[in-house]
Amino acid sequence: MLTFLIKRSLTILPTLLLVSFVAFMVIQLQPTSFVDAYLEDPRFSPETVQRIKVQYGLDQPLLVQYGNWIGGIVTRLDFGYSFVNNRPVTSLIGDFLLWTIEIAGLSLLFSWLIAVPLGIFTAVHKNGVVDGVASFFGYLGLAIPDFLLALLLFSAILATGGKNVGGLFSNEFIDAPWSWAKFWDHLNHLWPAILVFGLNHIASLQRQMRASTLDVLNQDYVRTARSKGLSERIVIYRHAVRNALNPLISSAGLSLSELVSGTLIGAVVMNLPTIGPFLYSSLLAKDQYVVMTVLLLSAFMLMIGNLIADVVLAAVDPRIHYD
Amino acid sequence: MSAVKSQPVIPSSAKKSLSPVQLAVRRFRKNRLGVVGFWILAVLYTIALFAGFFSPYSIETQHFEAPFQPPQGVYIVHEGGLRLPFTYPMTVTKDPVTFQKLYKEDRSKPEPIRLFTRGEEYMLLFFIKTDVHLFGVQNGFFFPLGTDKLGRCLLSRTFVGSQVSLTVGIIGILISFSIGIVMGGISGYYGGWIDLVIQRIVEVLLSFPRLPILLALSYVIPATWPSTYVYLGIIAVLSFLGWAGLARVVRGQVLSAKSVDYTQAAKALGASDLRIILRHIVPNLTSYLIVTATLALPGYILGESALSFLGLGVKEPMTSWGILLSAVREEGFSALSQYPWLLTPGIMIVLSVLAFNFAGDALRDAADTQSRN
Repeated sequence: MLTFLIKRSLTILPTLLLVSFVAFMVIQLQPTSFVDAYLEDPRFSPETVQRIKVQYGLDQPLLVQYGNWIGGIVTRLDFGYSFVNNRPVTSLIGDFLLWTIEIAGLSLLFSWLIAVPLGIFTAVHKNGVVDGVASFFGYLGLAIPDFLLALLLFSAILATGGKNVGGLFSNEFIDAPWSWAKFWDHLNHLWPAILVFGLNHIASLQRQMRASTLDVLNQDYVRTARSKGLSERIVIYRHAVRNALNPLISSAGLSLSELVSGTLIGAVVMNLPTIGPFLYSSLLAKDQYVVMTVLLLSAFMLMIGNLIADVVLAAVDPRIHYD
Repeated sequence: MSAVKSQPVIPSSAKKSLSPVQLAVRRFRKNRLGVVGFWILAVLYTIALFAGFFSPYSIETQHFEAPFQPPQGVYIVHEGGLRLPFTYPMTVTKDPVTFQKLYKEDRSKPEPIRLFTRGEEYMLLFFIKTDVHLFGVQNGFFFPLGTDKLGRCLLSRTFVGSQVSLTVGIIGILISFSIGIVMGGISGYYGGWIDLVIQRIVEVLLSFPRLPILLALSYVIPATWPSTYVYLGIIAVLSFLGWAGLARVVRGQVLSAKSVDYTQAAKALGASDLRIILRHIVPNLTSYLIVTATLALPGYILGESALSFLGLGVKEPMTSWGILLSAVREEGFSALSQYPWLLTPGIMIVLSVLAFNFAGDALRDAADTQSRN
């Protein structure tokens, strides 16, 4: 297992290097850069702009710039500098990551808690009323973009007299130290986000769980278990569900990254301090190192998510062995 | 040609055997949701094709006297008497405190809705200049879905916007599938270092989460470009990311098809690589490709609407469902309860994605010959 982990981690590295290069090139392709904006500002002379460029190494050839960036990451964990915030990117991104992980984690938990039992139930009671209703809402859930769902939910909250729309805290609590009041306020802002992201995710998860449970229910060992005279409960929960969960676990790595970046637009609508909206605002401001770092980070999360899923799968499924 | 003397006698009662395609169509028809999806799509694309004809007004005409006008209803009963479909004109009053415009239907003056009325000029099918619209009124205005901030007819904008929203997917799929098939085909057929390079590129493209890289790439398109170029640029960005997954699957299919006897036989007979790929390998993939394309289309529709919603997609004077929805974001959340009709383009997005998913699922079941009951 340990050798597998080391091997897999090592194969991530070259891909990550290529990913970082693509992220860098995507930024270089942008028609204007942050420093270009200074040129139009009468308070900055062309000499000053040139000095700023030299200071951040932006006058160097592209490959040297890329080398400097990667070198900084590898040697000092320095991901570059945010021009907008006048701070190193590393000092900025921590908070965003924390909130991202909180929201994504809770949404994932919420969607599994709903989707897995629902998937099992609809598979066991195939073509029943619940199955029909669930598949209708499943189709609908896959078709509604998260930002539309966020708009609808927020307008519903406002229409019913609620005020907690947007952000994770009310204004008065943003800089306040943690207290029960702040925590309560936080929860009031949190649930719409989790509902929106969770509902979008439940639709696909439920379909997956239903399909894999149906697959397993047709297997020989389930028939054997039934013919032994085991109760239906034990057949389903001990024999079927345990195996039906495996495909879900291996896709959970993907779904974590989906919850972080796939919900970007919804998060922008809900004004959440997560890395998706951070990427969007940095893109608009042409804050190049922030954009590059977030792109790299989101790709890294996806790979790590897949790695964790592989490890968990090996832990729960004794048929899987990694050498 | 040696004449065959004794033709086998075919009994007239024997069933005509169906081709695989006919069998698939028959299986598709049995899926009710799939058929519904197909017809919804047929209607939507017809509207998109003749958008100028179906919409009562031009998408750019601003009716300053009627900003944020609510939708006008269609009625058939006036003062207890049955009539042909008509609508009531809107009268405007100003709220004395907030100066907001208040709209009220003027129930005294029914305005008949006429068919094939003459109105603003437009290009039918992009090259026939005409001014005939499917419906309209003679006096005043008729906005079946209300108007936006500038008093532009929302129904017309939704119809014309569908031209962008619904074609982005089709063109995007054509491009990304061509790249995916060619790259996957080369990768699987030739193997060796070409395979290695292509698979590395695919891996890198797949390791980016879709939306962040989509956003960053769409930002590469210069803001100074005219809207048609931006539209093409958005399609290019969407398909640039879309081909990778397909290339991987095509590679796998080609690898397995390469070792099959008939491919080996073709090779032994001296067929060229291109002929083998086009005549022996690709036909086996067609059903898979059609199904995948149908199921991949919603991703393009959603991707375009997401980008346009954020202001990174197509831009004015072009319009799309995503741009129309972004008006809601500009007005703030409170606008939704005041002007709920601004959400109709969102309903169109949901409807078209639903229809594609219905049709795609039905196609997949129809193309699946293995698990036939």
